[in-house]
Amino acid sequence: MSQTPLKEDDFIHSEKFLHELMTRQLKLSISCAGAFLVLLFGLPLLNFFAPAFMAQRVGGFTLTWLILGVLFFPYVWIIARVFITRSMALEEEEVHHAAKGNKRQS
Amino acid sequence: MNVDPWILAFSAITVVITIWMGFRSAKSSKSASDFFVAGRSVSVGWNASAISGEYLSAASFMGVAGMVMLSGYDALWYPVCYACGYLFLLLFIAGPLRRFGAYTIPDFAEGRYDSPVFRKIAVCFVLFIGFFYTMPQMKGAGTTLAYIFPGLPYWVGVAVVGAVITLNVALGGMKGITLVQAVQYWIKMLAISVPVFVLLSVFGGYGKNLSLNKSSATSPPAIIQTVEPARTERQALPAKAPLDEAWIAPFGPLTTKAAKAAGLTPEQARPLSLLYTFSLIVALVCGTAGLPHILVRFYTNPDGVAAKRTTMWVMILIGVFYLFPPIFGVLGRNFLPELYDATGSKGPDKVVLELPILIRERYGVLGSILSGITCAGAFAAFMSTFSGLLVSMTGALAHDVYGRMLRPNSTPEQRMKMFKWCAILIGGVSVLLGAMVEPLEINFMVGQAFAIAAASYFPLLFMSVWWRGMTMKGAATGMLTGGLSALVAAAVVNISTLALDKGPMGKIFAGFAGINDFWKAHPLLRILCEQPAIWSVPLSIGLMILVSKATRKTIPADIRMKMLVLHAPEALGLKQEYIQEHQGPAH
Repeated sequence: MSQTPLKEDDFIHSEKFLHELMTRQLKLSISCAGAFLVLLFGLPLLNFFAPAFMAQRVGGFTLTWLILGVLFFPYVWIIARVFITRSMALEEEEVHHAAKGNKRQS
Repeated sequence: MNVDPWILAFSAITVVITIWMGFRSAKSSKSASDFFVAGRSVSVGWNASAISGEYLSAASFMGVAGMVMLSGYDALWYPVCYACGYLFLLLFIAGPLRRFGAYTIPDFAEGRYDSPVFRKIAVCFVLFIGFFYTMPQMKGAGTTLAYIFPGLPYWVGVAVVGAVITLNVALGGMKGITLVQAVQYWIKMLAISVPVFVLLSVFGGYGKNLSLNKSSATSPPAIIQTVEPARTERQALPAKAPLDEAWIAPFGPLTTKAAKAAGLTPEQARPLSLLYTFSLIVALVCGTAGLPHILVRFYTNPDGVAAKRTTMWVMILIGVFYLFPPIFGVLGRNFLPELYDATGSKGPDKVVLELPILIRERYGVLGSILSGITCAGAFAAFMSTFSGLLVSMTGALAHDVYGRMLRPNSTPEQRMKMFKWCAILIGGVSVLLGAMVEPLEINFMVGQAFAIAAASYFPLLFMSVWWRGMTMKGAATGMLTGGLSALVAAAVVNISTLALDKGPMGKIFAGFAGINDFWKAHPLLRILCEQPAIWSVPLSIGLMILVSKATRKTIPADIRMKMLVLHAPEALGLKQEYIQEHQGPAH
């Protein structure tokens, strides 16, 4: 059923394709994780080094409580949204790329 | 105090509906493959609700509120990381594992390394993590039953709920069916949000209630309650409660406990608190990505695009849910401070159940109804998680340990029978463990289960997916060493805490009281044992790299193909090709 030829030496099965694929995926994942980790590990550091600033009141909340208890969730939703859109685009590109690469070789 | 009929009615209805739905859907799908195939026709919305329903346990429903009430700001890391750990799963693990088509982590371990031995090692951790995860669920059950039936001993509640669910699983109900879990999510969501809206409208907003905690150095005593029956003002805090300033600020009672016991000054304690916070974050975020029972549902989507949409919805559903439990904690501190004086099942862990009752003083029966609703939510929480865990642990024991290791030639009937006995065995052990942990906080125990998952399954999945140089020996060494050392550290901390208990547990564990003197002398070691993730996760990954390099001759021969299947878009159809290749005579 599958249209992919069962050859070990075609483009899809080549080292180059796999390497590019994994690098691109990892780059996307790491940049999204970076945006997440900056806030995740940055917040305790801010609490540690700027306690007075983080303790200021915003509508009854302390600033740090507002960030951690409320604002953190929408921030993560945005990252997830960006990742999902980009990774779907990336998959589509890879499928095109693979088809082109296969044609070029045969 | 008598049994409140409203509370009893709501709880009973939840239990009956859960069991009835479980049996109804179990009839229509009998085998594991039925479950997965049937799941593939499920829409994104239902599937997202089902994943969320399975994920939100007693820790989320009761434990978070109790811990926020008890420890303040620091406890907020739990709900945030429970929800956001999911992002890590999405970024690094969910996609590749879906493409690979392994239904469980042991399946993946075997497929990735072509090693049935490794499968057996991976199975052990299903049981380790599972037992650590069932203990807090049992405490939730015991606490809720002791609340519904005042005067009932804690252990009786644990035994009753444990027996009912175990019997249910052994008889074939509750197979983790999508519909049941999805309905459970919405019960939990309604049960946590509706009372919050009512409570906030009565007692003032979230921010207003937080602002009552003045962060001045000398915390003024709260207004002392006069004789009027309805509570509208903040209540006086008992001596045991943390002061306002410590409670609302970061690095409060939760993270400074060990340093305080050691008699360090606040200045000396702060770096240790920061370390504690970081370690907690690592445990929760990495642990979410390594929880055995969560990954399975990624396969119940028809394709990768739907799986990603589902994950997006799961993050929203879970995130919205986690906004609410801390509000209970904040209100509980202001209006139910007497809980600070109680311990075990009568302590802050029951604030979610108890708080709505305050409305009864003003609006009569509405308070009872709201309390009934939160009790129903609590039942949904520990029932769904405990049944899910029981199913996966029993499956591991009956299918892998018995069916593959002890008696590979057993007949299907023998295995079915074994499944029932295994369910009863595991249910029994869970009840026994659950009865012992009354003095421990629900949320804290779940955090430990996450720490063990973070040091065992997370490194395994993460490294196997992204590094082709991994060998079976490397993976096994890292997973076993990291996971077991986290497990031992967590167990030692629990035993030393139980030794301090004033109840019966204190007597049983009295012999271990000496550990606490050691903790006093070494606060840093105490923190590293209480929150082991910060050293056990790097240890696990480091060992994986070292041992894999040393044994690089044993890298699976078809590693490039495996990596392709893990990473190439599903549209290229490499999975079918891989499966065809693997159906050769070698298997």
